[in-house]
Amino acid sequence: MAETSIAELAGTLTRKEGWGEVLLDVKDLQVYFPIRRGLIFERTLGHVHAVDGISFNVKRGETLGLVGESGCGKTTTGRAVLQLQKPTGGHVFYEGKDLVTLDPNELRRYRRDLQIIFQDPFASLDPRMTVGAIIAEPLEIHHLLTPKEREEKVRELLRIVGLNPYFVNRYPHEFSGGQRQRIGVARALILDPEFIVCDEPISALDVSIQAQLINLLEELQDQLGLTYLFIAHDLAVVRHISTRVAVMYVGKIVELADRADLYDLPLHPYTKALLSAVPVPDPTVEKRRSRIIMQGDVPNPANPPSGCRFHTRCPFAKPECSEAEPPLEEVQPSHYVACFFWKEIAERVAPPLSVN
Amino acid sequence: MPEPLLEVKNLRTEFPTREGVVHAVNGISYTVMPGEAVGIVGESGCGKSISALSVLNLVPVPGRIVGGEVLFEGQDLLKYSDDEIRKVRGNDISMIFQDPMTSLNPVLSILRQMTEPLVIHKGMDMAAAERRSVEMMEMVEIPFARTRIREYPHNFSGGMRQRVMIAMMLACEPKLVICDEPTTALDVTIQAQILDLLNRLRQDLGMAVIMITHDLGIVAGLCDRINVMYAGYIVEKAGTEELFANPRHPYTLGLLRSIPRVDQSIRQKLVPIEGFPPDLTRVGDSCPFQPRCVYAVERSEEENPPLTLVGEEHWVACWVNVYEGKEQSDG
Repeated sequence: MAETSIAELAGTLTRKEGWGEVLLDVKDLQVYFPIRRGLIFERTLGHVHAVDGISFNVKRGETLGLVGESGCGKTTTGRAVLQLQKPTGGHVFYEGKDLVTLDPNELRRYRRDLQIIFQDPFASLDPRMTVGAIIAEPLEIHHLLTPKEREEKVRELLRIVGLNPYFVNRYPHEFSGGQRQRIGVARALILDPEFIVCDEPISALDVSIQAQLINLLEELQDQLGLTYLFIAHDLAVVRHISTRVAVMYVGKIVELADRADLYDLPLHPYTKALLSAVPVPDPTVEKRRSRIIMQGDVPNPANPPSGCRFHTRCPFAKPECSEAEPPLEEVQPSHYVACFFWKEIAERVAPPLSVN
Repeated sequence: MPEPLLEVKNLRTEFPTREGVVHAVNGISYTVMPGEAVGIVGESGCGKSISALSVLNLVPVPGRIVGGEVLFEGQDLLKYSDDEIRKVRGNDISMIFQDPMTSLNPVLSILRQMTEPLVIHKGMDMAAAERRSVEMMEMVEIPFARTRIREYPHNFSGGMRQRVMIAMMLACEPKLVICDEPTTALDVTIQAQILDLLNRLRQDLGMAVIMITHDLGIVAGLCDRINVMYAGYIVEKAGTEELFANPRHPYTLGLLRSIPRVDQSIRQKLVPIEGFPPDLTRVGDSCPFQPRCVYAVERSEEENPPLTLVGEEHWVACWVNVYEGKEQSDG
C-alpha cells in the first residue's frame, strides 16, 4: 500500500539532479555549554565542550551515519546543524549558504528544507494535538496551502508512512511506539524537505519494529531523493543504512570513511574497540572473534583529556598522545582518521570483525 | 544426570486491570542446571521480566501468580512464607536490574548497602562485612575500592554502578543470578566490559545465570541455552548453537532476519515482522503469533500449538515446519 503511493508521488517530488554534490558542509563546528553556579550572582565556571571543532560534509542523496557513545556530542551536532542549538563557533553551509549567519526570517525559509526526526516518539508528539494537527503544523507555521489542501496532504502522508489515513483525528496515546515514530516521519516530510536529521529514530523501538522503520526510511530516500544525517549508537543499524560513517568521541570526529572501509578496515583504535564490543547474533562468530575490552569510562566533556582525547582509554597510547592533538587527516582516499599511530596499529592488530 | 538448580513449571502470572486481565506469563516451563547460563529473549511486554520476578515472588501489585511451581533445589519457592523467601532473595538467588540508578538507594553509602545483606543473611559483624564488601568491589575491578566504598551512588558512572550492583549480588555467593537487561542502559563499550566480567565471574565462581534480554547478540555470546518468549509463552527453546543454526519458530526466524549485523553488509532489505505485538488482555485459543505470521495455517487460528520436541533438546511451539518446501539456508 505504502509503496504504490510513494511511487505515485515520486514523479512530482524526485530531485535526482545534483546527485552526489555536497549539500551540507560543516566547518569547524563548536558547541560549548556554560557550567553556571550561584543563585544571585551567576558565575560561569567552565564549559562543556559538547562539540569541539568538527568538519564534515553530506552529499546529496547519501546517508551519513554519525555514531558514538552517549555524551560524545552526536545529538548536539545534529541540533547545531539545524540551528536548533546556536553553535558557539564554526559554519554550516547548506547549498553554499552559511546557516549560522542567517537572520531568523531567512532561516525560517531554510527550515523547510531541513527537518528532523526525534528519538523519543513519546516525548516528541504533543499529547493534546490530533495526529492530523501534528502533521499539518509545519504547513501552518509556513503559511502553506489552504486548509482543505493541507488535510489532503496529511492523508497522503499518512498513507506514505504506512498508516491508515483514517487516523487523522486520533491522539498520539492511541498509537504504539512504531506508529508514533511513523507520525514523526510524516511530520518531517510534510514540507518536502531535502535533508533530514534522523536523531536515533529507532532506538526507542522494539527489535521487530525497528526493521519496519529502517525500511521505510530507505524507501522514502529512494523515492523522494532525500539526504540523511543518521545519528545512532547502534553500529549494526548504521552499517545497514549509511553510505559513509563518521565516528565521534568526546566532541571530536576520530574517523570518517565509506561504510565498507570503516567496518572492514577501521583505522582508529576507538573505532576498532567500538566495533569489537558489539555483540553479534551468531554463537560461532562470538566464540571465535577477539574483543578489545577498553578500560575505564568515557571522559567528562567539561574537562576533556589533553592531546588525543582517547589516550586515557587507548590500549596503544604513547606519551606523545597526551601532548598533541592528532588532526583528522585523509590517510587513504576518502578515509579520514585522527590518530598519530594508525599505521603502526593497523600492522599489529587484525580488523575487529574478522573471524580467524 | 545432575539435579536442576531451578525448575520453573507451568508458571502463570496475571495482572487484573481496568481493561481486563493482562495475561503476562502463560504457563512457561524451563530449567536451569547448576553453573549454566540460560537466556530468555523477547521484546518488551513479552513477559520475560515478569517471569523472572515471579521466580522470587516479587511480582509488583496488582500482579499475581496464579499457577505453577518454581522449584529451587527441589523446594517450591511459591509456597514459601514471606520470611522464608526473604532468606532466599539476595542470598541463594540474586537479581541485577536494568537501571543501576534506580536499583541503588541514593541516600545510603555503597558501604551501607553492600554490608546489609551480609549482616542479615550471613550474620557477619560490620568489620567482616566491610572486608568482604571491599573484596567484592575489587573483584569487579572498581579502582580504589577501599575509599570508594564510602561514597554514594551518584559518585559513580552508569557502568561503575552496574559493577557495584554485581559486587553486591556476589557478596553472598548466590547459586543463581537473574540478570534483567543488565546492560541495556549502558554504552556498547561499557556493555562489553560488564558482559566480560559476568562471564568470568560465572566461570570462576560456578554460579548459574538467567540472562533476560532483547538482544540476540548478548545471548549468543553468553548463554548455553535460550528460551524465546512471545506474548507470555515460550515459543522456542534450544541450545544456543542449535537455535541460531536452525531457528524453527517463525518469530525467532523473523527476529533473526529483521536485525542488521555489524559484521555483515546486507545488500538486500531487512525483512521486518509486520504488525505489532498482541494485546495481552485478549488471549484466545489461537497461536499468539498468528496475526503477524507469514507461515500461519488454518490450524494456527483455531488452536495454540504446544511446545513439541523437534530435535535434540530443541522445542518449538508451531504447527508448521518452516523448512518444509522452503530453503533451509535463508534462516
